[in-house]
Amino acid sequence: MANSSFKFQVSSFISALLLTSGAHALDTELHGFAETRAGARTQNDPSQDQMGLGEARLQLDALTYFDAAELQVRADLLYDALADDPEKINLDNGDGFIDLREFNLLFTPIDWADMKVGRQILTWGTGDLLFINDLFPKDWNSFMLGRDEEYLKAPSDAIYASFFPAIGSIDVAYMPQMDADRYVDGSRLSYWSPMAQEITGTEFNARERDGWFQDHELSARFYRPLLSWEGSLYGYHGFWKSPVGMDLAEGEAYFPRLNVWGASAKGSVGNGLANVELGYYDSREQTDATQMVPNDEFRWLMGYEREIAKDLTAGVQYYLEWMMDHDDYEQDYNALFGSTAAARDEFRHVLTLRLTKMLMNQNLVVGLFTFYSPSDNDAYFRPVATYKVNDHWTVSANGNFFVGEHDHTFFGQMRKNSNVNLGLRYSF
Amino acid sequence: MKKLIAAIATVAVVSSVYAEMTVDEIVNKANEASYYAGNDGSASVEIKIVDKSGSERTREFSLLRMNVDGGNQKFYVYFKKPADLYKQVFLVWKETGEGKNDSRWMWLPALNLKREIAPGDKRTSFVGSDFVYEDVSGRNLNDDTHELIETTETQYVVKNTPKDPDSVEFAHYTVWIDKATFLPRKAEYFDKNGKHYRTVEATKVETIQGFPTVVESVVYDLNTGGKTINTFREIEYDIGLKESIFTERFLRRPPREVTR
Repeated sequence: MANSSFKFQVSSFISALLLTSGAHALDTELHGFAETRAGARTQNDPSQDQMGLGEARLQLDALTYFDAAELQVRADLLYDALADDPEKINLDNGDGFIDLREFNLLFTPIDWADMKVGRQILTWGTGDLLFINDLFPKDWNSFMLGRDEEYLKAPSDAIYASFFPAIGSIDVAYMPQMDADRYVDGSRLSYWSPMAQEITGTEFNARERDGWFQDHELSARFYRPLLSWEGSLYGYHGFWKSPVGMDLAEGEAYFPRLNVWGASAKGSVGNGLANVELGYYDSREQTDATQMVPNDEFRWLMGYEREIAKDLTAGVQYYLEWMMDHDDYEQDYNALFGSTAAARDEFRHVLTLRLTKMLMNQNLVVGLFTFYSPSDNDAYFRPVATYKVNDHWTVSANGNFFVGEHDHTFFGQMRKNSNVNLGLRYSF
Repeated sequence: MKKLIAAIATVAVVSSVYAEMTVDEIVNKANEASYYAGNDGSASVEIKIVDKSGSERTREFSLLRMNVDGGNQKFYVYFKKPADLYKQVFLVWKETGEGKNDSRWMWLPALNLKREIAPGDKRTSFVGSDFVYEDVSGRNLNDDTHELIETTETQYVVKNTPKDPDSVEFAHYTVWIDKATFLPRKAEYFDKNGKHYRTVEATKVETIQGFPTVVESVVYDLNTGGKTINTFREIEYDIGLKESIFTERFLRRPPREVTR
């Protein structure tokens, strides 16, 4: 089943490439980049390779204009020195030598609506590297291993419809089969195992949600100007994006059902930009004798960004996760994993700071993004420097550094994954 | 003889018209001529950035502009080159009202992300060139005091001094404005020590659909020895743009007016 759908995707992808490459008359633009990137762990983790990244990729980006539609195909051809089996292609999680990022058709069926059908990258919400109402798939491995920030967003296979009535704008995304996060599964990054009560690199496979039109997701947003601000309402019907549920009978991690309801506003305050966003995570399953699932959560963030000196921008955010019925959770958790097992706090507070400085006629950009949680007492630092040598060549260096007092906290569990990377890219 | 009298009379009348123009009228007309021609317009723009050693960087983009109420304007900039900026969009809602900031967004297609840009120093470089943001969208006339220091046969020479000197890097700048077209042809910027450090020149002017239009301009940074050449092609005015083009819908789906 999975194999046949894969064959279909590859064959239609190839025919689309042929179509786009052979059809100059239709006005095709072909761009992309070739990149090599290497990274090393700064800690020793016996369960992981000391090399964090070792890869070369070619991204081809073909955009073809038809009279009434646009066909977008964007794919990465990848050589990954750390891949177990490069020929085992999985277009859902990006494994293998091809990562299909986009393959979609965009058209305007009626004057007040647009449709984008196929594989696409989807984003919304107001947070900066913090997501409440954006429940589109993220690639946490790419993000923390130090690939370019664009790889944080994993593709969705979706029907995306936008409507533009006079009262505002409405976006609806329907994913007939769940698009999960490319979550931390131990293969490249070690994580905290509540079972073992330690940091481990043991690989696990969560039970996939792969039933077409059954394991489906629906995301919707309504947005409109609100005085001089932009206000949005969001709804999501689907699943926790990472396998945070545990089927106790099978001993298997899975994606429990989830609804999210939220709102956000963004606009200018003084000489800066402010944003506020909240969401209620309605975890639709219950913890019982057969399964352990997360409780409901209320999530909140607020941020402010402004230029603090010439070519120097600073952005701060405060983010809160508030678990409902925390006492019940703690009881269940300790019953399952032992009375001394470290359960999550009721409140998780996170502060972020982004500093970006542009130098040398904006050809050199240096930045530091910091996550710090005063409640977990852990932090994640992301320094990055990018230099545009000329109109084609870019060199970049980045780091991902995790520190934490405890091994079980969100960033603390990543402490053995800290890494530094160097990349070289030729864009065309 | 009659002709001579007529000519003298004409010169007298014309010069009296000129003489009657106040400096505020001159800078207003110059601002109109430079930034507001037509109700809307489109162009394809090439920016060539040349450093002291002669090495070049190029940016190419399509530009849409629309005049809206109260001197406000909307700009849509669709990048074609360099490759790392390809398909990115820079959207500006320029606000001329007292104490108002322009709203600016970048569209990042690889992330499918609309990122609003914090209101910034308008004297920062535009896409890494020697042009500053304000050269592109126009400096607010109320930010300076204007003084007509000379009137030549063909030009007005206006000295502009910032009302808030700490907000900008120049102490004053002098602009040469053509009497016939009201297009500024040259501007020289002086720093706090009185040193001339920057020149902006309109090097080519053509009349397009009746509007005198700068089709090539050059800025020289005398401190770094670098320069930037800005070339406008395929200029059209009054193309009947809809204001809705300057919204998120058309960031997600750039219109054929810019992708062509």
